Amino acid sequence: MAFDSLNEFLQMGGHAPYVWAAWCVTAALMVGAVLHARFERRSLLRDLKRRERRAMSELSRNEVNEA
Amino acid sequence: MWAFIHKLGSPKWFYGISARMQPWFWIAAVLLIAVGSVWGLAFAPADYQQGNSFRIIYVHVPAAFLAQSIFVGLAVSGLVFLVWKIKVADMAAAVMAPLGAAMTFIALFSGAVWGVPTWGTWWMWDARLTSMLILLFLYLGVIALRGAFSSRDSGSRAASVLAMVGVINIPIIKYSVDWWYTLHQPASFTLTSRPSMPVDMWWPLLLMVLGFYCFFIALTLMRTRNEILRREASKRWVRDLAREEG
Repeated sequence: MAFDSLNEFLQMGGHAPYVWAAWCVTAALMVGAVLHARFERRSLLRDLKRRERRAMSELSRNEVNEA
Repeated sequence: MWAFIHKLGSPKWFYGISARMQPWFWIAAVLLIAVGSVWGLAFAPADYQQGNSFRIIYVHVPAAFLAQSIFVGLAVSGLVFLVWKIKVADMAAAVMAPLGAAMTFIALFSGAVWGVPTWGTWWMWDARLTSMLILLFLYLGVIALRGAFSSRDSGSRAASVLAMVGVINIPIIKYSVDWWYTLHQPASFTLTSRPSMPVDMWWPLLLMVLGFYCFFIALTLMRTRNEILRREASKRWVRDLAREEG
């Protein structure tokens, strides 16, 4: 351990604003990228399913009409 | 070899294989970054000159490595797409560009913040900093150019060409610290020679670099799969997939 207490760790020997700004911006961008990718996947799958359901129901309607 | 490349180029095959590879890269990324962060932030000894501000290195260097590697990735994908018409290469390029831009931004931002206590200034027009700023503009150019055409294929070709031309900036960034007198220090992290820093500082940096690369691979696999779903939405196998999962 390079620090004696949590407080000392948070203060980073007087360099807290620099160290934490750099780390927090990095973490925020990386976590944001992952959340964005997950959201993107979910919404794409939802659209695909909706489109597929619509295609299926149209297909069955046509079959009923033909009969 | 050719059969392999064309198989790799098939979106359906890629979608399957990437699903199996993805979890391993996520696990590796989370573990490496978690251990590297705790080690680097709390256990590595403070630098004898810079004190604790040197801990910025653990996000600055991995981000800068990725920023450059991803641009080389864009150029290679562009070449593969233009020469062999492999669609997956273009999809990968499309999703890699924003991540590369984000990594370039992180490298510039963390460097600026680090410069204040270390150099007494957050910006200097020196060769390394300027060539990194140009890299950011190249990324933004590639992203904008891709979206600037009404046909997707034209946008893909234009973005590929710009990436292949812009990659000339990468050796300039790499050697800028040797060719010119810069405020930025020369490379302090290499795998080929003995570390120029204490091993307790070097190990967490190695873990962070590897972790960032795993993160990049995992995220690129994930978003390329998204891109496949988007572009191949009308293909039989994608529709079957949607039906099975729904």
